[in-house]
Amino acid sequence: MMAMLEIQHVHTYYGNIHALKDISLNIDKGEIVTLIGANGAGKSTTLKTISGLLRPRHGTIQFEGEDLTRYLPHEIVAKGVVQVPEGRRVFGRLTVTENLEMGAFAITDRQVISKNLERVFALFPRLKERRHQVAGTLSGGEQQMLATGRALMANPRVLLMDEPSMGLAPVLVDNIFDTIRQLHADGTTILLVEQNARIALQVASRGYVLQSGVILLNDTAENLRMNEMVRKAYLGES
Amino acid sequence: MLKKWRRLKERITPTDIVMWVIGGAILALIIWGSTATIAAGRYNSHHWFDFVIFGLAQGSIYALIAMGYTLVYGVLRMINFAHSEVFMSGPYTAYFVAAAFYRSDFLDQHPFISLLVIFLVAMITSAGIAFLLERIAYRPLRAAPRLIPLITAIGASFFLQYVFRGLYGSGFQAYPVVKIFEGEWAFGEFRILRFHALVIVAAALLLAALYSFIQRTRIGKAIRAVSEDKEASYMMGIDVDKMISTTFVIGGLAAGAAGVLYALMFKQVHFFMGFIPGIKAFTAAVLGGIGNIPGAMLGGIFLGLIESVGPSLFLDGLGIIAPYQLKDAIAFTMLVLVLIFRPTGILGERLAVKKA
Repeated sequence: MMAMLEIQHVHTYYGNIHALKDISLNIDKGEIVTLIGANGAGKSTTLKTISGLLRPRHGTIQFEGEDLTRYLPHEIVAKGVVQVPEGRRVFGRLTVTENLEMGAFAITDRQVISKNLERVFALFPRLKERRHQVAGTLSGGEQQMLATGRALMANPRVLLMDEPSMGLAPVLVDNIFDTIRQLHADGTTILLVEQNARIALQVASRGYVLQSGVILLNDTAENLRMNEMVRKAYLGES
Repeated sequence: MLKKWRRLKERITPTDIVMWVIGGAILALIIWGSTATIAAGRYNSHHWFDFVIFGLAQGSIYALIAMGYTLVYGVLRMINFAHSEVFMSGPYTAYFVAAAFYRSDFLDQHPFISLLVIFLVAMITSAGIAFLLERIAYRPLRAAPRLIPLITAIGASFFLQYVFRGLYGSGFQAYPVVKIFEGEWAFGEFRILRFHALVIVAAALLLAALYSFIQRTRIGKAIRAVSEDKEASYMMGIDVDKMISTTFVIGGLAAGAAGVLYALMFKQVHFFMGFIPGIKAFTAAVLGGIGNIPGAMLGGIFLGLIESVGPSLFLDGLGIIAPYQLKDAIAFTMLVLVLIFRPTGILGERLAVKKA
């Protein structure tokens, strides 16, 4: 069976800089797959290439049999490949509700939008309390909830999460990963990009290790946790 | 405390001191002029009322044009210097409709229908020009360094001026007079010229409509989202290019309507008519804090009032003859003062703080 999202031999450049070198990875329906690596390894570049914000020079990105590289970013979102951007990137001057409405921009059916809104508010009661508040005044943890909720508004079939733990206190990181587990239990397919390899390998079933734009390792999460190199370089063990 | 003071001392440069001296001198001049004018008592309350009404009318036109500058600045971070020509193209094209209505007497028989058609023609023309401008002149340069679209904007401004000069001729064309808006309405002992009332009411309605469009509709919210973070907007599935086009169209609609009001107020059109109101509206947008929508409205009205009340209030008392000739000087002095003392504009601060 073909994977839900299949990236084959992708090369992405920033000008003359060869950022992604022959990246191949795949995600099956209902899976959590993690992509771990250090700063500048190309994790965010991989996600931006999938989302269509960057064009790969070579290679294909197949989503349910369609080549995503031929579509524009907003068309890719409409197909159900939705990204939660790094650093949250909520619209600071829009209210919480307006941010969530923007997440549902690709959807025109008002009933679907209000159903999704209720679902997000059920998942994050905090956001419901603050729905009329301007997003710029939320705390970091609340902004991460909003960024996640905003992506869920688009009915994602694959959720691309870029560093959801970045800049958050440990207790908030646990909250976010509880949410990720819950989304997974609800059947959402997730590609999780993380610098925090320890926690990423706890929730994911498989993982890829990216270094300098090259996929170094590709294995089950369990095997990666045991791997000597991963333990030294990414888990901080000796 | 002492440390803070020392740091402050290090940050103040000789230029700052010169600027503060200039600013202080202008402020002193304004206060001196105003007290002298009021003490002399040459103007009564009717005069001041007239100045304020004229200022409001002029200012609401500036506010409408300023919306175009500030909206485009929001989504593209560029000053669309061809916006003055977007403003000119509408009323100039609608002039031919208006003149035909006038010759056939339709204008006097059905003034409201005529005005509606004139407004629609002007707004559609301006919006069309703005749309094409973005499509042809700016979109191919989206990824270019910021100076390049700016220069293109100036080029496009000249191009449009001379295209319209070529199409419609280089002379002044007298805009037809709408008879029912001639004369004045009396409110107690105060009188308002009817067309001033028309301009103020029409502009207020349009500004309110624009504001609620930006605040409440799905497209308006998406435009605000694009203004804030283009890449995140893409990630939300917003068609950013379409929103940028829409922004130009909205700015064009507002400018076209403002153009007809301007033409009705000053009763003429010309291929160069956009330059001065355009640059004034740009000033208004900067006054209010460029990129800030309520700021542009406020800045426009403020500028109109200052221009209208300012010459008599500040300059008359100083013994300057025919101070009204200096209204442009007052407007641009305001711009310089704002740039020195409050570069973010009147409402710009919250925006600047949030970005930091």
